[in-house]
Amino acid sequence: MAAPLSRYPLYCTRAGEYNLTTVAFFPYTAAAARPSIILNAGKLRGVVLILRQSDNGLFCEAGNFHVDPWEPVDRAVITHAHSDHARWGSKRYLVARDGERVLRQRLSADPDARFAPKIESVEYGQPVFLNGVRVSLHPAGHILGSAQVRIEHRGEVWVVSGDYKLQSDPTCAPFEPLRCHTFVTESTFGLPIYRWPSSENVLASVADWWRANREAGKASLLLTYSLGKAQRLLAGLANRMEGAAIYTHGAVEAPTEIYRQQGVPLANTVHVAAAPPDTVWSTALILAPPSCRGTPWTRRFEPFSSGFASGWMRIRGTRRRLSLDRGFVFSDHADWSGLNEAIEATGAESVWVTHGYRTPLVRWLREKGRDARAVETRFEGEAES
Amino acid sequence: MKDFAQLYTALDETTKTNAKVEALVRYFCHAAPEDAPWAVHFLIGRRPKRLVESRKLAGWAAEEAGIPDWLFGECYHAAGDLAETIALLLPPSAASSDLPLHRWVEERLLPLRHMDDAQRREALLRAWREMDDTQRFVWNKLITGEFRVGVSRLLVIRALAGFSGVKAEVLAHRLMGDWQPTLEFWRQALEADARDADVSRPYPFCLAYPLEGEVESLGDVREWLAEWKWDGIRAQLIRRSSQTFLWSRGEDLITDRFPELERAGGLLPEGTVLDGEILPWKDGAPLPFAQMQRRIGRKALGARILNEVPVVLIAYDVLELAGEDVRERPLQWRRARLEEVIAMAGSHLVLSPVVHGDSWEDLANARVESRGRDVEGLMLKRLDSPYRPGRRRGDWWKWKIEPYSVDAVLIYAQPGNGRRASLFTDYTFGVWDNGHLVPFAKAYSGLTDEEIRKVDAFVRGNTVERFGPVRVVKPELVFELAFEGIQESPRHKSGIAVRFPRMARWRTDKKPQDADTLDTIRGLTKK
Repeated sequence: MAAPLSRYPLYCTRAGEYNLTTVAFFPYTAAAARPSIILNAGKLRGVVLILRQSDNGLFCEAGNFHVDPWEPVDRAVITHAHSDHARWGSKRYLVARDGERVLRQRLSADPDARFAPKIESVEYGQPVFLNGVRVSLHPAGHILGSAQVRIEHRGEVWVVSGDYKLQSDPTCAPFEPLRCHTFVTESTFGLPIYRWPSSENVLASVADWWRANREAGKASLLLTYSLGKAQRLLAGLANRMEGAAIYTHGAVEAPTEIYRQQGVPLANTVHVAAAPPDTVWSTALILAPPSCRGTPWTRRFEPFSSGFASGWMRIRGTRRRLSLDRGFVFSDHADWSGLNEAIEATGAESVWVTHGYRTPLVRWLREKGRDARAVETRFEGEAES
Repeated sequence: MKDFAQLYTALDETTKTNAKVEALVRYFCHAAPEDAPWAVHFLIGRRPKRLVESRKLAGWAAEEAGIPDWLFGECYHAAGDLAETIALLLPPSAASSDLPLHRWVEERLLPLRHMDDAQRREALLRAWREMDDTQRFVWNKLITGEFRVGVSRLLVIRALAGFSGVKAEVLAHRLMGDWQPTLEFWRQALEADARDADVSRPYPFCLAYPLEGEVESLGDVREWLAEWKWDGIRAQLIRRSSQTFLWSRGEDLITDRFPELERAGGLLPEGTVLDGEILPWKDGAPLPFAQMQRRIGRKALGARILNEVPVVLIAYDVLELAGEDVRERPLQWRRARLEEVIAMAGSHLVLSPVVHGDSWEDLANARVESRGRDVEGLMLKRLDSPYRPGRRRGDWWKWKIEPYSVDAVLIYAQPGNGRRASLFTDYTFGVWDNGHLVPFAKAYSGLTDEEIRKVDAFVRGNTVERFGPVRVVKPELVFELAFEGIQESPRHKSGIAVRFPRMARWRTDKKPQDADTLDTIRGLTKK
């Protein structure tokens, strides 16, 4: 397969941008870490496949590691701790330092697990070499410790975005644009109807909603993803809801505690389970995971108004299907323009699209003259985005 | 438009009926009397006749948003609502309009009808640029109709009653029919004097509840009137001031669609209102409803179709006699008067036959025969009951025949509309035919939200192929489908068409190979 590409025209075109000296003299025929090559139909160039899709997700053959594998593997590089990205059971995990505790908590919280995962962590930007392949993790702006995985091998640079957002978020390091040859991007909200309002406006309307409920003698039950979104709300609401009592469901409380331990300033919270029986809920804001909707657990808060903070709330139908009073458009993912901006900034020649609205985003990118393809995902990420 | 958009948001932000009524009352208290009737007009689901073709509306919005049509289509499938999709896609707006609702409607919306497409496009782009996001959405809703904000006619009436002090029944009456949303109408609608002038106005229809428990629970059979439940078009035939009006339950004035009934109305005494069912009818028996659809579909009713598909009104109640509202009289009394009226009327008015039975068992036996008569079962009406507006429990029951049912396999899925957008809720089912699954029915209803979520997850995880929004899924899930009727249909791949298919149960206990065959279904028709 390697024979027709002995002169590596692909690499030469990029010589101005990357130091490719080593690449040009790379002994291509030397067996062990030979990259696989595919030819793009109709295009006179080859693409070095640093990653390929395996049964367990994205696999780097040269480095012998998976990125966010679906099943237990020997070595997993993890973008972040949400359950559709960090699966239980692998032998070794590599994660950004900021995300280590959250990942540890998540993996050992798995009820199946009598499992002490071996987790290694690394500072953002600090390279590690896995089987000779240079791997570094860079902020993705999604949640605390979320990372893009930058993989460099023989001059070829690939970046796996994981989940990311461009909007500001005081609870985690901001998204860092990285130049690369191939960008593997998420597309959870890969349609132009997804356009986020400013976080400030949304946080203000959450506070207004809570105030109106308090005046009407109703508790405010705000459903939110327990890791990341809940803490981003707590950080944003801290100075907007002076004197408010904020309560948390256990699933929210655990990561919140870790965020605090890592020095992220958050509004004070009380674990619902620790609240005395005579607690007055009608003035309170309660943060709980979406799975609590309609469960007996919520009855103690009656009467209450229910809200949900999620990017999906951009669509009325989604909110109404859940019979919620209020939807707050608040997402830890990039919206349509965010995705496009991020892709643009990578300068990538090739874009792999995963998680979400793959097909439309791929078609859109192709029509704009970019090489793009859809990549299979096992987990659609709607449960915990 | 500001107030109305705010009202919309308030209605949309709560699922609680009382909160919705309160929001409506608040709106009516502040609304200008020119705006309020328009608000009522739209909230009860009326809309101006197609002002703009949806396809064009979508095209212009896509252009303004700078996206190709296919991407607009993808967005529409995700949002499930055209008005909303457009509002979500238009470039962000810094504007907001102070123009009141009635001026938006009268000066900007209605004139669209008389414009050519280039002018329409201009007018729409201009309108969008003057509005904020919510206003745009509401404006688009005015054009496309289907408010879907959880407000029923009854709720609007409740709010109007609360706001004006006029009785809900009187308001219900005044809001029926062909009123124009004018200042004058608004004053009349809220007029305390309840004697109304409009000669054409029908009464609110009395609606029946399906009988769920045992029929014996209704008590003594002698207190009940049993009739066939016909599968036609529910209608009121009105004769007042030497004019005839025919109203459908959907509140369409349909007099001109049924000239034979208009003529028949001419033979009724002055001041008569009959309630009944329009049926295609020949030689003393109903024709299949498909024949009626053929007739409804025609723009012009030629002599041929009138001859091939004649209709009658099966009359089962009289609501007004000699200009007097007799709805408060007991059914027994009304039925006797009805018989007198029909005896004197032409052949296109047919008295709804009474199904006699000395016991519930007799009636149950009669009900079993229903299918052979092309009726849907029995109607049971309490003989001493008045004619009440709307759907109320107790006086009228529909006792329908058990539906047909078969086990079929889920083969295709497609996202739904409205509150079911972004979820796969529209399913196509297949049954076996020579070792292949042939698509045989589509169904959307019957599952719980919980089940829908599970099927949705299955679809996402088991897609074999995609055609636009349609997913071909692994044939694995089996459902019991219920439906009302079966007809031969060369237009369908399976060769049959079924009426009102819905999911009766998810048969998690069955495997695809346990599903029924096309032959079995064909066999059902011969029973």
